[in-house]
Amino acid sequence: MRRLLPFPMLSLLLWLSWLLLNGFSWGHGLLGLVLAVVLPLGTRPFWPNVPHLRNFPKLVRFVLVVHWDIITANVAVARLILRSPRKLRPAFVELPLDLEDDFAITLLTSTISLTPGTVSADVSEDHRTLLIHTLDMEDEAALVAQIKQRYERPLKEIFEC
Amino acid sequence: MDTLVEFLVSAAILVGGVFALIGSIGLARLPDFYLRLHGPTKATTLGVGGTIFASLLFFSWQEQGLRLQELLIVLFLFITAPVSAHMLAKAAMHRQLRHREDTRGRPWKQ
Repeated sequence: MRRLLPFPMLSLLLWLSWLLLNGFSWGHGLLGLVLAVVLPLGTRPFWPNVPHLRNFPKLVRFVLVVHWDIITANVAVARLILRSPRKLRPAFVELPLDLEDDFAITLLTSTISLTPGTVSADVSEDHRTLLIHTLDMEDEAALVAQIKQRYERPLKEIFEC
Repeated sequence: MDTLVEFLVSAAILVGGVFALIGSIGLARLPDFYLRLHGPTKATTLGVGGTIFASLLFFSWQEQGLRLQELLIVLFLFITAPVSAHMLAKAAMHRQLRHREDTRGRPWKQ
């Protein structure tokens, strides 16, 4: 089973995407199933270390939290943009990373970029530090603490022990 | 019932449109590259979100069944938008674009 489906979640996602794209029918269900098995096997070399999902309920919770943050923060950023740009307090912030898994780091950087007000600009060579640009920062320590507590800790619990 | 759905669809389109507009305004009036970067990745997420929600609602209503294709657009957008923003930021730092004087912290050398 593990050899046929090295990434069960990826396979499931591919299968669902195929069905969403083509409509639900027996034929497409079967074709999608074939693709869901073949594509992960074919792209195996692109996944040097396989990320392990350890806590599925936490992942669902994390996704919901991120969506909620996207909505509320969008409103906040809209207000910032409409105000005078002079009042913005932009900053580059370095965030020390606790995550070690590359895939989890990618998820964290994407989350930071998606939640308005922050864009992740770079990851250091040793993958220990993240450079973030913020639109309007009050307090550096508070921002770092918030990102760590709200996004990094759940990701750590989801992908690492 | 029809009126209610129509109302919801219109509201969602309006909300989406307003946020897309604000994102574009940000793109036009923010002072430096790094700040402008926030426009397209940000306000647009809700802009696209609103539009997609409206489309989902409308077609589900019209065809009497749940149509969820639009969710794929959201998925692909969420995967690609942060990556392009990241590459743009890296490119900007590599070219050492100037940033506003009062920006705290420094970009990294590439």
